[in-house]
Amino acid sequence: MLTKRIIPCLDVKGGRVVKGVRYRDLQDAGDPVELAAFYNEQGADEIVFYDITASSDERGIMQEVVERTADQVFIPLTVGGGLRTVEDMRRMLESGADKVSINTAAVQNPHLITEGAERFGSQCIILGMDAKRVPDVSPPRWGVFTHTGTGGGRPTNLDAVEWAVRTVELGAGEIVVNSIDADGTQSGYDIELLHAISTVVTVPVVASGGAGAPEDLYQALVEGKADAVLAASIFHYGTYSIQEVKKYLAAKGIPIRI
Amino acid sequence: MITIIDYGAGNLRSVVNAIARLGYQTKITSNADDVLAAKVLILPGVGAAGDTMANLNRLQLTGPINQYISDGKPFLGICVGLQVLFTGTEEGGWHDCLDIIPGKVRRLPDGQKIPHMGWNQVKQVTPHPIFEGIPDETNFYFVHSYYVDPDDKALVAGETEYGITFCSVITHGNLVATQFHPERSGEAGLRIYNNFLKLAMAGKEVI
Repeated sequence: MLTKRIIPCLDVKGGRVVKGVRYRDLQDAGDPVELAAFYNEQGADEIVFYDITASSDERGIMQEVVERTADQVFIPLTVGGGLRTVEDMRRMLESGADKVSINTAAVQNPHLITEGAERFGSQCIILGMDAKRVPDVSPPRWGVFTHTGTGGGRPTNLDAVEWAVRTVELGAGEIVVNSIDADGTQSGYDIELLHAISTVVTVPVVASGGAGAPEDLYQALVEGKADAVLAASIFHYGTYSIQEVKKYLAAKGIPIRI
Repeated sequence: MITIIDYGAGNLRSVVNAIARLGYQTKITSNADDVLAAKVLILPGVGAAGDTMANLNRLQLTGPINQYISDGKPFLGICVGLQVLFTGTEEGGWHDCLDIIPGKVRRLPDGQKIPHMGWNQVKQVTPHPIFEGIPDETNFYFVHSYYVDPDDKALVAGETEYGITFCSVITHGNLVATQFHPERSGEAGLRIYNNFLKLAMAGKEVI
């Protein structure tokens, strides 16, 4: 049986791992290569690097981080943040990334998803989506935001569920659903958002934003019907180890690679 | 020296790194003579089998790969590098493949998320030295939407379940091929490379 994946996410800025609450108040959490190797040892199923500045002059630093990580970590590696062209994707894949995640660039140019999928295969092209609840509507709806790496983000006219379906049609092989409302709060994933997307798309869905305890991951997988869970703060600051989380989930009957 | 075929699509770095970790040197090539002269040959793969065949044809590598394998020399195929060994694939309409192993490449059944992406168990249905030191039902990393269906089931060494039970490891003489990515499967995956290279080098000077 396919196991559910536990994925530590490393937000990288200027070659260091950082994690802020709701993208602000960045604190240093270490060297990305060391952390990736550490998580690999602990049994992480994949690693995600998210380049949260991704200015063009820092792109080279990120490539080097990816190269050094790929030299010593033998589990899948995804890189996202600031990738705008097929050439950007190619550079990351050649540096050793297995998948690339695009967000803002996909909104601005949806055809980029198709171009990437045709060039590298759908399995390489991950749609990263930042979604925020529309206040006071029932049933709930979520809007898609861009540029979340640089502050509060910018709203778009896109509905999160419709956008998810469309990106799969365009060739996305997986969707990372990040809740802006929940991100960094450690108060749980947005389960309704996950469920709304996971039940309408045919590709795997990764839950992101809000993990504070192993129960949150359990809920995202069971009630949110996610195929994988991404978490940052709880792992980086050692609140829970990956093994602790995995054992908890396995004991509750979730298929997990221990 | 381990020869790795570069047909312009796959990311070879992870394969090179995995082999380097085991202490062996690699040569990356798109050249037919290099393939024929290889002592150990690896065909990695990502993307679509039809595109891979188009690239191999363009580089005039299909004949040399066929020749290399029919000479009985050690060969490891990974993911699409497994699929192209078959008669043909249904991916993107029927595409003829290398036809070294009779059988078809078919789409995974609907009803679950496609691609099949993540860690899944390999059941060892035939004892084989490629599994040495690897417990039965160990998890390996998969990412694919199509699976191989060999006519001769005796070639199936490992099986995996995802909606159906499909062949995830083929062994045939000195040929080993896996649907999963051993270079992305942590320690167990490195063990697969190590076992393959040990098999490949039995009694021979290859380095």
